[in-house]
Amino acid sequence: MAEASYPEDLKYHPEHDWARIEGGEATLGITWYAQDSLGEVVFFEGPEIGSEVTKDQPYAEVESVKAVSDVVAPVSGEVIAVNESLADAPEAINADPYETGWLIKIRLSDPSEADTLMDSAAYAASLE
Amino acid sequence: MTVDSALRRTPLYETHLDAGAKLVPFAGWEMPVQYDGIKEEHIAVRTHAGIFDTSHMGQIEVEGPGSLSFLQRLVTNDVARMPVGGAQYSLLLDDEAGVVDDLFLYRLGHDRYLVITNAGNHDADLARFGLVARDFDVYVRDARDNYAMLAVQGPNARRIVENTLHIDLPPRMKVGARQIGRRPAIVCGTGYTGEDGVELLIVPEIAPAIWTELVDSGIVPCGLGARDTLRMEVCFHLHGNDLSTETDPISAGLGWACVESTGFIGSDRVAVMRANGTDETLAPFVIEGAGIARQGNPVMIGEEVVGEVTSGTFSPSLEKGIGMAYLRSDLAEPGTELEIDVRGKRRMASVSSKPLYRKER
Repeated sequence: MAEASYPEDLKYHPEHDWARIEGGEATLGITWYAQDSLGEVVFFEGPEIGSEVTKDQPYAEVESVKAVSDVVAPVSGEVIAVNESLADAPEAINADPYETGWLIKIRLSDPSEADTLMDSAAYAASLE
Repeated sequence: MTVDSALRRTPLYETHLDAGAKLVPFAGWEMPVQYDGIKEEHIAVRTHAGIFDTSHMGQIEVEGPGSLSFLQRLVTNDVARMPVGGAQYSLLLDDEAGVVDDLFLYRLGHDRYLVITNAGNHDADLARFGLVARDFDVYVRDARDNYAMLAVQGPNARRIVENTLHIDLPPRMKVGARQIGRRPAIVCGTGYTGEDGVELLIVPEIAPAIWTELVDSGIVPCGLGARDTLRMEVCFHLHGNDLSTETDPISAGLGWACVESTGFIGSDRVAVMRANGTDETLAPFVIEGAGIARQGNPVMIGEEVVGEVTSGTFSPSLEKGIGMAYLRSDLAEPGTELEIDVRGKRRMASVSSKPLYRKER
């Protein structure tokens, strides 16, 4: 998407990652700012289903033509789904970073971690 | 983003900013890495026409009765083979035959040459030119600030440049003096993309107007990102990646640009390496399946390190990871299966023949 956007229903990590928290699960991805800085994403390879991701630690890489970038987990948990459609269409991360460009889903190991994340307004302000 | 105030800017800096380019530091310059996107820009050059600001590249003028003998001593190719109005690729070596820079030479007159240097090596090149010039009846002048340089590349590049600037263009690997914007210009049938096209050396003041005129005629502005993916697909070397003072011309596959009988500095060593072969050879590779190798990744066979990637990227034309690596010479044959350690993950690759991308005919 051409215009910056930071949906209000998401929580944000300072390393430019988002989490959509629904019950005991979360969907994770990278923000508009992250994909714009990276340029066209040409490769994403997710972690194994069943593996653990840890808050503030990298769990995967996204690559643009020019560079590779770590993706950091905003919250901890067990990987329950990986967006398999990105293998053939990684450009969805640029075109639609919050919906079809989601990266993984996890089962939260500590739901209280979400309280440490920023809301949309605070994240947008951090980019000023 | 913080930008180092010591970085140099080309005459097109404001033009790039206005066009929404992403600017990055490159070899001491603040340069556009992309406009709308590397893939789009890359494909535009392969199928239509793109324009690059290459004003960061340096120019050295060589003039005087000793020009030819000076250049024969200084650079590796046989300069005498280049007619007036000709162009030639050549290497500048140190005393140990390490590659100080790779260069393009244009013969502008009987005793007058223009040398194009890489931005990051310009000062070192100039020092070496000056040192060797002491023994010859020749005048060496730094001309970097005299020129802006635009590369217009792609199957439609020539036609659009001719129609827009109302000049006739020299053929491939030829150079000629022209008027652009009513000012003297040098037009060269050369490039760094594997496509047909021209490079324009113009006075800096008119660069923004000429750039804008060409872009308004439908030529796509391209950044250094696409320049890098384009050159890698056709296996052109980048000094700093594939060439350095630690590498020699023979290992790099540039023996064709060295003519030892001219007696250039380092020619004895090059002759020995050409006769005996080298331990390592630069070879292009393609990643089989997923993954993108990058500069510095080790090349493995089992647990043994057998080489190192010096250039690696995603190829927009082939839609897979490609690159070049220095390999143990016995492994540099096309078809050899390799593994590349990409940040801890093994990726399957195979040695390919040059170029990696070939135009459909």
